[in-house]
Amino acid sequence: MSTLELPKDWSPEKLINLYKKMLTIREFEQRVSKDTGKIKSPLVHTYTGEEAIAVGACAAINEDDYITSTHRGHGHFIAKGGDINSLMAEIYGKEGGICKGRGGSMHVADFSKNMLGANGIVGAGPPLALGVALASKMRKESKVVLTFFGDGAANQGMLHESMNLAAIWKLPIVFVLENNMYGWSTPVHYATAIKDLSLRAQGYGMKGFTIDGNDVIEVYMAIKKAVDLARKGGGPTLIECKTYRWDGQTTMDPDKYRSTKEKEEWKKKCPIEAYKIKLIKNEVIDRAIIQKIEEDTLAQIELSVKLTKKSPKPDTNAVLDDIYKNPKNLGGN
Amino acid sequence: MVEETKIMRGLDAIRLAIEEEMENDESVFIMGEDIGKFGGCFFVTEGLLEKFGSERVLDTPISENAILGCAVGAAMVGMRPIAEIMFADFLPVCMEMIVNQAAKARYMYGGQINVPITIRVPFGTGIMGAAQHSQSFESWFMHVPGLKVILPSDARDFKGLMKTAIRDDDPIIFFENKRAYFLTGEVPLDKNFTIPFGQARKFTEGDDVTIVATGAMVQESIKAATKLKEDNIQCEVIDPRTLVPMDKKSILNSVEKTGKLIIVDEGCKTCSVSAEIAAFVAEEGFQYLKKNIVRINTPDVPIPYSPNLEKEIIPNAKLIQNYVKKLI
Repeated sequence: MSTLELPKDWSPEKLINLYKKMLTIREFEQRVSKDTGKIKSPLVHTYTGEEAIAVGACAAINEDDYITSTHRGHGHFIAKGGDINSLMAEIYGKEGGICKGRGGSMHVADFSKNMLGANGIVGAGPPLALGVALASKMRKESKVVLTFFGDGAANQGMLHESMNLAAIWKLPIVFVLENNMYGWSTPVHYATAIKDLSLRAQGYGMKGFTIDGNDVIEVYMAIKKAVDLARKGGGPTLIECKTYRWDGQTTMDPDKYRSTKEKEEWKKKCPIEAYKIKLIKNEVIDRAIIQKIEEDTLAQIELSVKLTKKSPKPDTNAVLDDIYKNPKNLGGN
Repeated sequence: MVEETKIMRGLDAIRLAIEEEMENDESVFIMGEDIGKFGGCFFVTEGLLEKFGSERVLDTPISENAILGCAVGAAMVGMRPIAEIMFADFLPVCMEMIVNQAAKARYMYGGQINVPITIRVPFGTGIMGAAQHSQSFESWFMHVPGLKVILPSDARDFKGLMKTAIRDDDPIIFFENKRAYFLTGEVPLDKNFTIPFGQARKFTEGDDVTIVATGAMVQESIKAATKLKEDNIQCEVIDPRTLVPMDKKSILNSVEKTGKLIIVDEGCKTCSVSAEIAAFVAEEGFQYLKKNIVRINTPDVPIPYSPNLEKEIIPNAKLIQNYVKKLI
């Protein structure tokens, strides 16, 4: 596909939706970055610059398919259809948060949308995805699981155990590797001796592809193909999406280990800007529509902040609730 | 009504419980290393593959994090997996999935989900397993909020507690003492027989000394108590059976009666199960104590290979008797 071409059989609505979702994530994360002083946690990781991956990938699955996420999970949450008001409230640690203020930024999850949780442990999502996929297979539900992880997780042992088990059991999983070039300050070329991390797939007997993670349509197409294969019982695929983390590792990271030049170069490859140009050139949207989308998006984010501010602090009387479903099980069954 | 029972080994009782629960509930399945064709390292799962097929009895590669991750993920979406970790000593390899995932998911996701998994782990000495196949790690897991820690000591309790574990909606780590695997006992055949968590079991009655013991130490304590009876010393042997939740009340009631407490625990002494029991008795029952609390543990040493060395460090009936006599 040439860089300006769009899928011919897609409705304008479908095409515009991808744009809207990416923009929602961008504006949401920019607001989170801006409000870092109010949020106070030094462990808030934004998805800015990587939007095309979550949006393209989640658009390629059904609503009842599953995803597992990472510590950088706001984008996945939004892309999978999670409610941004309860996402914002969670990041602020409020009662109205999706996890009642107990999980925070690194543990946002919406199980009603089959978004099975951001995760504070790098590489912990893929092992969980195995069981979700196994359950789907056992119950003959033909649901698939996208498991997102980063270039940092690519060197965790549990990821490799997971790819191997998924391959031998032909589990319906797509391993979505978001290579944003850095694990905190450690560049991927330092942490790994191969250029394309998708090569790893070969060692487990599955197919691996490296794609442009900043091209939302390319992401969609690659994931869709892998999802179709998985759904048919063809087993897992590894898709490496090359991208770049615009912000520091966290909103409070001084980020002195990367050059301004490098960051500026990548910003020229902005996934949202590139897609917007495509939509304009293909006459899917015009200036007026863009302006309306931008206004609506900003209003939506503004509302989420407003609601968050209104939401009370979590009830301290409930701090010991929900540790167990049945704390003692003294009654037996 | 007379309870219908059958004499069997501990490991047979566990198998019976798993078999009954797999028949009873399609969402129950079992996975682990060499549990299918081979029947499990201690033959607990022998015959399950033939009975339930490879879709519900899954042999896995040697990948403990993948095994437990898979179990936790399946539990998050409504299955009831049983995962076997071949030896408790391999738990350090997969602490991540137990401590950071299974135990935390319910709370950190705001109560959105349950994680009904049962992690089965053989533990303890007695098979010349040396430093990496003999350890007693149960106290580590008492320190992890969100987990329930179960540790039966005989065949009857194996069956009743395993059934409760599989039916429970919370993550469970189920410690199976290797010596208790081969101990025979009467086991109820009733498919509805379960044992609630948080209820200690009193094996002997007595007014002189309370002995709280777990795992293989329960039998040693019973032997000691039987011997001491000949000297007219009456010991109350109590097995908490579940470490989380802990039946503090039964232990405190007994200490109130006897005024003396000995805790026998196969784990090494520092930060052990015995430490926790001693701590809550000191905190909540200090007024009952007529003597210092005595803890009989394996010393803080890796488990040695040679049987005479192993025997030297593991508490036994004779040692317990001596401590009781000293205390009286």
